[in-house]
Amino acid sequence: MKVEVRFAGLGGQGMVLAGQILGKAAVFDGLFAVQTQSYGAEARGSAAKSEVVISDKKVWFPFVRKCDVLIALSQQALNKYVEDLKENGVLIMDSGYIKEAPRSFKGKIYSFSFSKIAKEKFGNEIFANVIVLGFLSEILHLVSEESLKKAVIDSVPSKYERENLEAFDLGVEIAKRLKG
Amino acid sequence: MTLKNKLLEPGEHFLQGNQALAEGALFAGCNFFAGYPITPASEVLEHLAKRMPQLGRICIQMEDEMASIGTAIGASWAGAKAMTATSGPGFSLMQEFIGYAFMTETPLVIANIQRQGPSTGQATKAAQGDVMQARWGTHGDYMPIVLSPNSPQEMFDLTIRAFNLAEKYRTPVVLLADEIVAHMREKVVIPKACEIEVFERKKPKSKNEPFFGGETIPPMPSVGEGFNVAVTGSTHNEFGVRFTADPEVHRKLAERLVGKICLDAERIFDVETYGIENCDVGIVAYGCISRSVYEVIELAKNKDINVGFVRLKTLWPFPEKFVKILAEKAEFIVVPEMNLKQVFYEVQRVAACEAKVFPLNKVGGGEIITPEEILAKILEVRT
Repeated sequence: MKVEVRFAGLGGQGMVLAGQILGKAAVFDGLFAVQTQSYGAEARGSAAKSEVVISDKKVWFPFVRKCDVLIALSQQALNKYVEDLKENGVLIMDSGYIKEAPRSFKGKIYSFSFSKIAKEKFGNEIFANVIVLGFLSEILHLVSEESLKKAVIDSVPSKYERENLEAFDLGVEIAKRLKG
Repeated sequence: MTLKNKLLEPGEHFLQGNQALAEGALFAGCNFFAGYPITPASEVLEHLAKRMPQLGRICIQMEDEMASIGTAIGASWAGAKAMTATSGPGFSLMQEFIGYAFMTETPLVIANIQRQGPSTGQATKAAQGDVMQARWGTHGDYMPIVLSPNSPQEMFDLTIRAFNLAEKYRTPVVLLADEIVAHMREKVVIPKACEIEVFERKKPKSKNEPFFGGETIPPMPSVGEGFNVAVTGSTHNEFGVRFTADPEVHRKLAERLVGKICLDAERIFDVETYGIENCDVGIVAYGCISRSVYEVIELAKNKDINVGFVRLKTLWPFPEKFVKILAEKAEFIVVPEMNLKQVFYEVQRVAACEAKVFPLNKVGGGEIITPEEILAKILEVRT
């Protein structure tokens, strides 16, 4: 078993943290995981991506080449990385930031305005990343929900723990609704 | 992480390479850190700025890299286990003080998280371009100890080893990592503190002992303990007295500085080998690139090619013995590295006429050399 996940968006959207949380949860589950990231020199606004490779064996090559799951929170990120998505892969995208759905990709697409609902429910778009993690957890079960929540608590400032767990649960709910 | 006033709990953690390095330093007994922020090493300072005060130890952000290493050298002479961390541009600035640390035989750990150079280069992009600078960066004769980790686990383990070697051989030790390994997050298994071997420097018993000669690795007093220590970067006799006119004094000192490392090189080398006794093709690699090589071994097997692999965990002193064995067995050796042929020439020197050596180089943009690229090189040189 080997799954390669790429989170991509703009600096400040919490894509790097989302990857860290997923990787940490995989290790909590007793799996092997490597997380890497790249971002521009600017703190916010430039392209940012975070990659996680999860496997039941030691992961040597640390980067994603062809990904199984792409989470795109900006049009730029989608345009840049959709080509590396496997044919039978899964695309999760933020419809608030992405106006043009990819024509080339024929696999499964989940589209929802994660950033908008984050702003509505928590007053800040920054919670979109954890909503996405809840969403991802419900549709793919790459790692256990329990470990993911534990990793969220372990990774966010303790004073925002409650909001983040609520955001996670919201993501799970949205996924359940979309799945029907 | 919400740890307070203690070392990491034993068990599995998911750590960034730089964090693992910092936590390793804490286990090794590092009680003085001085640094100046620089991508991609900043997390070491950031992490220790939080952790050192929790443990009652000192972490100080200095005004630049020269002040950082200078302060660390001073702290070491006050009896501390000292470290600094930087990247290429800072490592360049530190070279004069690194020479001073070699000459004064000051135990010290310098972490250099390599990025793309020369000069400010590409700040956020990985490279392996400082291998030769770590060997020859400061002037004069010396033999450095330089370690090369390939995972967050080794950032932890080799940092502890770096401190132990620094204390044992009374010398600066460079932990030469790269941006990929430093920023990668992965599982790190932390042993119990009592299971970690920690080496302490040998101290003199009396004022009459020579602190700069006599034995190959002389004992080191701390200032303030009443030993009347004189420390100078100029040529000095075994009592530390400046003595620049006598060629014999310098010869003896320089030969001891190089000899104390070279004569014990077999104990310092640390390599990981795979299938070197029975191989068609050899690969020598280190740092992040070695992670690609493990996949190449599998890919090559599918094409009935046996790969022998020497992974250099110690870059200097250069582990010649293992490269020699590889050269005797393999017809040719590929050296993939993220610079323009730095370790390649060293492998070529050691392999001499035994095996043909081919470079595979990639610089710019911090892009790792992929398993497919290494395999393609192997197939190319085989024909």
